[in-house]
Amino acid sequence: MLRRRSRLPRAAMSANRSAAASPAPTPSARRRVVAAFERRPRLRLGLLLAGPVGWLVIAYLGSLAILFLNAGWSRDPFTGLVHREWTLANFGQLVTNPLYRTVTLRTIGMAVAVTVTCAVLAFPIAYYMARVASTRVRGLLVVAILMPLWSSYLIKAYIWRQILSVDGVLNWALAPLGLRGPGLNEVGLWLVLTYLWLPYMILPVFAGLERIPASLLEASADLGGRGLMTFRRVILPLVFPALVAGSIFTFSLTLGDYIAPSLITTTQFIGNLILSNFGVPNLPLAATLSIVPLLVVTVYLLIARRLGAFEAL
Amino acid sequence: MQHRVILTAVASLAVMVSACGGSTSPSAAASQPAASQPAASEPAASQPAPSVSLPTSVGEGEGELTVLAWPGYAENGSTDPKVNWVKPFEDQTGCKTSVQVFGTSDEAFSLFSTNPDKFDVISASGDASLRLVRAGYVQPVNVELVTNYADIFPALKDKPYNTPDGIHYGIPHGRGSNLLMWRTDKVSPDPTSWAEMFDPGKPWTGKVSIYNAPIYIADAAVVLMKTKPDLNIKNPYALDDTQFQAAVDLLKAQKPAIGQYWTDYALQQQAFSKGDATIGTTWQVITNLLQAETPPVPVKVIKPVEGATGWSDTWMINSKTSHLNCAYKWLDYIVSPSVNAQVASWFGEAPGNSKACSLTPADQTNCDIFYAADDAFWKDVWYWQTPEATCVDGRTDVHCKDFDAWSQAWTEIKG
Repeated sequence: MLRRRSRLPRAAMSANRSAAASPAPTPSARRRVVAAFERRPRLRLGLLLAGPVGWLVIAYLGSLAILFLNAGWSRDPFTGLVHREWTLANFGQLVTNPLYRTVTLRTIGMAVAVTVTCAVLAFPIAYYMARVASTRVRGLLVVAILMPLWSSYLIKAYIWRQILSVDGVLNWALAPLGLRGPGLNEVGLWLVLTYLWLPYMILPVFAGLERIPASLLEASADLGGRGLMTFRRVILPLVFPALVAGSIFTFSLTLGDYIAPSLITTTQFIGNLILSNFGVPNLPLAATLSIVPLLVVTVYLLIARRLGAFEAL
Repeated sequence: MQHRVILTAVASLAVMVSACGGSTSPSAAASQPAASQPAASEPAASQPAPSVSLPTSVGEGEGELTVLAWPGYAENGSTDPKVNWVKPFEDQTGCKTSVQVFGTSDEAFSLFSTNPDKFDVISASGDASLRLVRAGYVQPVNVELVTNYADIFPALKDKPYNTPDGIHYGIPHGRGSNLLMWRTDKVSPDPTSWAEMFDPGKPWTGKVSIYNAPIYIADAAVVLMKTKPDLNIKNPYALDDTQFQAAVDLLKAQKPAIGQYWTDYALQQQAFSKGDATIGTTWQVITNLLQAETPPVPVKVIKPVEGATGWSDTWMINSKTSHLNCAYKWLDYIVSPSVNAQVASWFGEAPGNSKACSLTPADQTNCDIFYAADDAFWKDVWYWQTPEATCVDGRTDVHCKDFDAWSQAWTEIKG
C-alpha cells in the first residue's frame, strides 16, 4: 500500500509529461495496470498465490504422483533399470512378504515409544516454562531447547554413536556406579530419537499450557480441586490437543528416519528398506515401500485432526 | 504471539527435517524417469561392433572432470592433507577434478543411473562394471590411447567384467581381497578361518562387523565351498536354489553375532577403535588407518584359509561424457606407475601396473605384501561379479539366483 502511494507522484509526473508531449491526455500503461488490479481483487490474490500454490502442486504433489507411478512400474532384473510396463508385483510383494509387515510394525512401535517418551519428558519441562519460571528463565529455556536444532542432525546422530559405544562416554561415566549403557541397539536408538525430537514436543506443549487462563486453575482450586484433580480434570484436557500436535512431529519424524537407525543399530526400519531398495537399485519397490509410511502418517493426521491437534498448532 | 512465531519456526524446521530424512525416496523417484530413459532405448544401441566410434586421439583437456570412485582411489587431500594425487593431475592437465566416493557397487550404480551425465569416469568393481555396460552407461575405450595400458598385469586384462565380447570398456586398476580383521587384544589365538565370524557361540558374539551389501552372500558361499563340499559350489556368484538357500541359512544363523553392518569405511574404523567390533570382514586400507591411529589400535588381518571374495577394478568412461579428453588423461594418469603405486600403498591393494611395484614405499617394495605378481595368491580370491540367472560358472542345466533374488534375500537376512 505504502509502496504504491509513494510511486503515485512519479506516475502522475510521467503522465503529465506524456500529456505535454501528446495532444490527447491518456493514462500511462502503468496506471492502467494498477487500476485494473484495483478493480479485480481476485486477480490480485490469484497472482500473489500463483507462486506458492504452483510450488505446492508441482514440486510437492507432482513428486508424490511420480512416486505412485513408479510403484507400478517394472524393471530389468540385471541392470535394475525401470521399464514402463505396468505391474502389481511390487504391491503383491508388500502384502505377501512377512518381512515388510514385521518391519512396518517395528517402525510404528518405535515411533509410538519415542512419542510417548517425548510427551512424558516434555510435559514437566513445558509446565515449568509456562507456569513457574520467570520471564528471564523462560527465555533462557526456550533458547536452550532450540539450540540443538541449530546443529546438524547428522552430527548429533554420529555423536550419539560415540556416546553409546562400548568405550564411549556413557559407559565411562556409568562405570564407577557399576552400570553400563544400553549400547548400540534398539534401546540406544530409542534414546537417540527421543533426544533428537524432544524439542518438537516441548514447544507445542509449552504454548498449549501457556494458553490456559490462570483463572481456570484458580476456579478449580476454589471448588476444592487439589493438584492432581486440577491436573487431570482441567490441565490435561486443555493441553491434550497440544500434546497431539507435538506427537505429529515426533511420530512422523521417527517413522521416516533411516540414518539414526543405520548408525545406531543393525535393525531395519521402513526407511532403511526404502534406502536399500533405492541402492540396489529397485526404484519401483522403493516407491511402493514409501507408500507405507505415507499411509500411516495420513491415518495419524486424520486421528490427530479429530483430537483437535490442528487448532493447537 | 511470540510463541506462535516459535511454533511456526519449529513446524517449518520439522518439515525440513522430514524432507531431509523421509522424502529421499520421492525426490529420488522424481528424478527417476529421466534416468530410466536410457533403459528402453540404449541397451540395444550399446552393443557396437568392435572399433566403432572409438576416439583416435586425445586432445586438449576440457578443463573439468568428475570422478566417481571407491574411497582411497582418488585422494585429493581431504582424508589426509599429505595424500593427494588429484592435485598433480589438475596441474598437469588443467582438468579441474571433483571426486565423489561410494561405499558399495550398488551405491555406485545407483548414483550413476540417477545422474546419467554427471560422472565422467568411475572406478567400477566387477559387480558394477557389467551392469554399467549393459545399461549403456559406459563407453568402449581405445586402449591404444592409454599409454600405460601396456604395462598392466596380463592377469587383469581381457576379463569378462572389463572386456565383454572382446570390447574394452576400461583400464584395469588393481585388485584386492576382502580380509578377516580382528582385535589382537580380544581374540586369541590368531584366527585362520572365516568360521570365527559365523559362529554365534564365540565370546565376541554381538561384535562382528560385516560388509552391508547383497554381494556379501558370496562370502557365505566361499565358506560353504570348504565346509559343505557336497553342495558342490564351484563359483560363489553362481548359486542354484539349494546352494543359495544354504548360504542364506548360514547368514541368518550368523545374524545374532553381528554388531555392525558397514558400508562407510570410517564407521568400521570407529567401531574397531571404540570396542564395538572385535572381528569382521574388512579392507586393507581400514587396517592401515587403525594401525596409524594414536595410540595404534591392535588389529591384524589375513586372507583366511577358505579363500575370500575380492575385487578387480576397472576405470570406465561415461557414454555421455562431455569431458572425453580429460577422461582419457585421467585413465592414463591413474594407472601410471607412480600414481598406481601411491593408490596401491594407500589403499593396500595390488596395483594393476607392473611397473608400480618398484615405486611403492620401502616397506612395501615389490608389492610382496600385496601379492601383485603372485597369481597363485589370487586363485582362491573370487572377484566381485553380478550374479545372473544364467549361471556365471557355465552350468546350463540349472537356473541360478539372479541379483534381484540376492538383494531381496539380503533384506530378509537382516530381518
